[in-house]
Amino acid sequence: MIARVLAIAAAEFRIQTRNRWLASATVLMLLFALALTFAGSAPTGTLGVDLLTVAVASMTTLAVYLAPFLALMIAFDAVAGEAERGTLGLTLTYPLSRSEMLLGKFLAHLAVLAIAIGVGLGAAGAAAWLAGGAGPESLMSLARLIATAIVLGASFLALGYAASVLSGSGAGAAGLAVGLWLVLVVLYDLGLLGALVFDDGGAFTKHAFPWLLAANPADAFRLWNVAGSEQVALVSGMAGAGAALPVWAAPLSLFLWPVLALLLARAAFARVEP
Amino acid sequence: MTDRDSALAIAGLAKRYGRAQVLGGIALDVAPGERVALLGHNGAGKSTLIKLVLGLTRPTCGTIRVAGHAPGSAAARAATAYLPEQVAFHKSLTGREQLTTFARLAGEPVKTVAPLLERVGLIDAADQRIGTYSKGMRQRLGLAQALLGRRRVALLDEPTSGLDPISRHDLYAVIDEMAANGTALLIASHALTELEARTDRIAIMAKGRLVADDSLGNLARAAALPTRIRLTAREGAADAVQASLGGTRVNGRAVELHCTTEQKMAQLARISVLGDAVRDVEMVPPSLEDLYRHYCGEGLQ
Repeated sequence: MIARVLAIAAAEFRIQTRNRWLASATVLMLLFALALTFAGSAPTGTLGVDLLTVAVASMTTLAVYLAPFLALMIAFDAVAGEAERGTLGLTLTYPLSRSEMLLGKFLAHLAVLAIAIGVGLGAAGAAAWLAGGAGPESLMSLARLIATAIVLGASFLALGYAASVLSGSGAGAAGLAVGLWLVLVVLYDLGLLGALVFDDGGAFTKHAFPWLLAANPADAFRLWNVAGSEQVALVSGMAGAGAALPVWAAPLSLFLWPVLALLLARAAFARVEP
Repeated sequence: MTDRDSALAIAGLAKRYGRAQVLGGIALDVAPGERVALLGHNGAGKSTLIKLVLGLTRPTCGTIRVAGHAPGSAAARAATAYLPEQVAFHKSLTGREQLTTFARLAGEPVKTVAPLLERVGLIDAADQRIGTYSKGMRQRLGLAQALLGRRRVALLDEPTSGLDPISRHDLYAVIDEMAANGTALLIASHALTELEARTDRIAIMAKGRLVADDSLGNLARAAALPTRIRLTAREGAADAVQASLGGTRVNGRAVELHCTTEQKMAQLARISVLGDAVRDVEMVPPSLEDLYRHYCGEGLQ
């Protein structure tokens, strides 16, 4: 089983490096992270924190948008593309289960994502450290940011596979992926914001809102990074919502999402007749 | 023939998509080393039958055993080679990388890859990306993956499409070699050509049913299609030739006769009696296309 998963993963990773997704994703991450780090360096003096802390807070906001986007762009073609080329049917006539095929692609895509996020955010963090100093706590925040951004990306990789399986064509999958990104990363928060304004500090705001926030992988990612560091919370001004939740809520949500989304993709894949 | 003897055994197979019956009452056995051509128009059900044997879709009723295993099971898949009709591999990989991936999926040692690429004539292009390959080269790569390991059953879907005559000749050699190694071959095609005529048996599908399943010779006998004999008469002798043999006048000097395979020799004897009244004799046996159209037409009625 391991040999077959690795065979798929090796081929897929090679494809990702050849079609320059690895390079472009890494450069994109790096440029955005560097820009945010130095554009957002103004408040260090007033808040009394080091530059890396500020950079981590800015990069958290960046990663919420960019990690899911990159993941979906890598993943949407995974099954639909093979179905269109006609290789899906051939590959599935080999003694390879559909789970092994998905898992192999997931490993390769996760490696691409980890490299892009690790290099991009890591390099920007290192630049901030050199320019404005860093303490053990801010270094810890950076490490947490990189690790959780990769997990966040993993959720969206798996959601991308589900979109790829369900739509059946490359173009349809791309559309569905953009839709997923909009709903989960942008519209979900706007909806919650609207509900908060409407509720005006009532029962919804106190009890339901924090849980709904944690249920979304992008918000769970934000909550975890903010709750993990008082200083990041101070800079990002997002401490309130996280305080009402038990510490395990956001990490649990963030780790459950990739697993559930992979199971969803696998269940949808079972119904595909290539 | 029992299930155990045949590499591929299909009995009472039917497939419905909703209300549409795509396949019905299919029974077909292929013995190890046997080459069977599966013919039929587009939409006759060939591809559905292949998908069922591969386990990519499930039958509505009936049974299929691939080397004694249920289709789609790990054992059946390990025993089956498949060459799809339109195969397009990922253009970023090289031929060698693609074939290595397939070898690893099949559990075959990676060192078998280079000899296979050599076998199908791709060794010089092995390290070029598949994006630069011609259609014929992609087809050869597809053939190479079908040759991985020792498969019990091979399903080739339109293997000659996109191949030039020399490549086609190589394909015959590969098919014969697989058969000699004991692989049962099912070769799907939408016409009866030289390749299918070189197989041991011909199965013809029309409208989801098997309308013929026999050797080419037996099919030709059963169809009893006439042989055409065309005589060129000596100048002025055409009327005399027609008067003694019958048949139809084609133009000033030619007479055309139709006869069955059994009557052929007797007819020739009668022609030779006419001596120098006949300048030339041309015999046209029923063509493969005539035969194919005969059975397909029968199935469609």
